[in-house]
Amino acid sequence: MIALDTTDRRILRLLAADATLSASAIGRRLGLSQPAAWRRIRKLHESGAIKGQRLDLDHEKLGFGVTVFLGVKLATKGRVSLEDFERAVTAIPEVQTVEHILGLYDYRLRVVARDIADFERVLRRRIMTLPGLGNVEANVLLSEERRPGPIG
Amino acid sequence: MLDDIDRRILRQYQHAPHLGPADLAERTGLTPATCARRLDRLRSGGIIRANRAVIDWRALGYEVEVSLRVALDKTDPRAFDEFIAEARNVPEVIEIQTFLGRVDLRLSVIARDMAHYQELYRSAILSLPHIADIEALMHVARIKSDEGLPL
Repeated sequence: MIALDTTDRRILRLLAADATLSASAIGRRLGLSQPAAWRRIRKLHESGAIKGQRLDLDHEKLGFGVTVFLGVKLATKGRVSLEDFERAVTAIPEVQTVEHILGLYDYRLRVVARDIADFERVLRRRIMTLPGLGNVEANVLLSEERRPGPIG
Repeated sequence: MLDDIDRRILRQYQHAPHLGPADLAERTGLTPATCARRLDRLRSGGIIRANRAVIDWRALGYEVEVSLRVALDKTDPRAFDEFIAEARNVPEVIEIQTFLGRVDLRLSVIARDMAHYQELYRSAILSLPHIADIEALMHVARIKSDEGLPL
């Protein structure tokens, strides 16, 4: 486990809001020299505390007005391998995330579509034809808020 | 409005957000100046909202991630607002989503281990207002998580 001090946490918080901030910009905000800030940023990357970057895009402005979460239960466990299902589902471009879940169903999929008609097309042509698919529960996303998490 | 060049930039950039303008220009076959100008316009137009560092909570010692699916008591018109306002005060809640469907809300909660999760659940989650029903799903694995758009 990686131990962070208060300064590391503040840097992490700044980078989680804007990963393109330079070491000197971060240093200025936190009262660190540019080299000191740079060393800490590099340590956060190298230790694996930061696992990558994510572009936060306005889906609506790009024409993707609908996000649906599908809870999927596999019908024929044993006959269809989880690998086959996972390979097929991750290849669908409209499926943004696939999570293996323990509880009510087996997988949760995040699906984007242009509108409800487009979602129906994705559901019928791509999702319903997946190998081993059983019950599907759909919940349409209305709002979403990502929180900074326990690094305050 | 977006044209094919914008889409080409976004297609590359969303799968490699660590790229600087020069590398992005090379991948998209544009001059660095054109690429930088296009990126500026995508940002000022609010299409690119941010480029965020992704924190690895597991590496920071948060081994457990639980999805809590919540149904609210909707006889109170303030149920959603009050529930969300209180949920924001729990630092371990990293995502709040609202839905149209069988589920009203979903919280993503992280915890150091199962004992920590139990404690959070009892002290911080169950005390949130207007809960009618709550259901916990454990995350086992993320199989796909790039969140790219089919542009």
